[in-house]
Amino acid sequence: MSAQAGTAIIGGGIVGLCVALGLAARGHEVLVLDGRDGDMRASQGNFGLVWLQGKGAGYAPYARWSFQAVQAWPDFAKCLSGLADVDLALCQQGGYEFFTDAAEYEAFGHDLHRQANALDDRLSFELLNHADLAARLPGIGQRVVGASFCPLDGHVNPLRLHFALRQACLASGVRITGGASVVSVRPEGAGFALLDETGRQTRASRVVLCAGLGAAHLGPQLGFRAPIRAQRGELMITERVADRLPFLSSTIRQVDEGGFQIGGTKAETDCDTETTTTMVGLAQHAVAVWSRLADLRVLRSWAALRVMTPDGYPIYQRSADHPGAFLVTCHSGVTLAPLHATRLAEWIDGDPAAPDLEAFDERRFALS
Amino acid sequence: MNAASRFRDAPGAAPRSLRLMLDGVPVLARPGESVAAALLAHSGGATRQTPVTGAGRAPYCMMGVCFDCLVTIDGHPNVQACMVSAREGMVIQRQIGARRLGDQP
Repeated sequence: MSAQAGTAIIGGGIVGLCVALGLAARGHEVLVLDGRDGDMRASQGNFGLVWLQGKGAGYAPYARWSFQAVQAWPDFAKCLSGLADVDLALCQQGGYEFFTDAAEYEAFGHDLHRQANALDDRLSFELLNHADLAARLPGIGQRVVGASFCPLDGHVNPLRLHFALRQACLASGVRITGGASVVSVRPEGAGFALLDETGRQTRASRVVLCAGLGAAHLGPQLGFRAPIRAQRGELMITERVADRLPFLSSTIRQVDEGGFQIGGTKAETDCDTETTTTMVGLAQHAVAVWSRLADLRVLRSWAALRVMTPDGYPIYQRSADHPGAFLVTCHSGVTLAPLHATRLAEWIDGDPAAPDLEAFDERRFALS
Repeated sequence: MNAASRFRDAPGAAPRSLRLMLDGVPVLARPGESVAAALLAHSGGATRQTPVTGAGRAPYCMMGVCFDCLVTIDGHPNVQACMVSAREGMVIQRQIGARRLGDQP
């Protein structure tokens, strides 16, 4: 059995579907090859932040790219909701980073100044000591020594984003197959031949590798280095609450339906099982920040694997050896979604109006 | 047993000697049975409204899995009624929507 596609996208997560939507909007015939339910899926385990503060403090191109993405989110959400008839619950009313360690608070303040410099001071943010913070958020925990606030930060319902992207892709004529991981991809003739684990073959003129952690295995088959690794994040979900939390933070957020999501841990491992000690730490952190959360029941917990590059920034790479092959990978697929669905599609097409993405070339890792 | 309930007592079942209150209405229960079983025997009607759509729900799985039996017991919101044994004098409210923060007794 064999299928034909103009552009085949390997991976039906948030990144792959954004690219598919963008290419379909430019008139291309697109096939998304999604994997199995049991595959590692960052798109189904993430926290749902549309986040700017701290991003690209040490790398101006990433600071600018993230800034553009956050600014593009309102229109993107409107457009996507229209295509898919799904409410994404986007809320961009600002977010906090809370610190219980004075040295970390100070260091992050320096990062924000560097990030603001990289953005020619278009980044607005506030650094609040405990007294300032307590005046704004009565009830903040005594152990919180300080916080940063960025009015551009926000969050979205990530599962509905994923669903909406899928619906929008289908409405735009994108074909999506699933249930089978692609095991090999190789150049053949003027295009590419893909094979999935069930033996199904696909031939495509172009191929975009958006397979998350799967790119580490598939990338080298197309000549990419694909230096990515897994980083585990663990999080927990509480019962739903009628009251609205008066803040959003990078570690505590209330989803639109009322439950609290508490997370933000980082561990260098490719094992996606949550751990009791980390859960205890998350619960203690939440209560240290906002003691009224103390009696809430935790309903669910899980771990998911971030898709990390050595420097944490995205890789957008076109193959030098095999024209028509692209590698797209990042760990901020939610925040960057509006650009992946628009500007990145221009770049894949080689449109003269496309942004210059050379800063995200994976050859940067060979130079260091 | 209430005539409105679809549940019937087994022959020879022990008498309902415990008295609970559900939203101000007396509900009888047997020693050793769960609050959920007593509520089903009482009327079998909805004992909560879901937070998202407001749909009415009643105890279903009776083994702690489905969370459809949530009620407030003695001031504690969102208690799984199927996992708690009935006790004399329990004050129970139907769980209407999401709980509040900090509404502990």
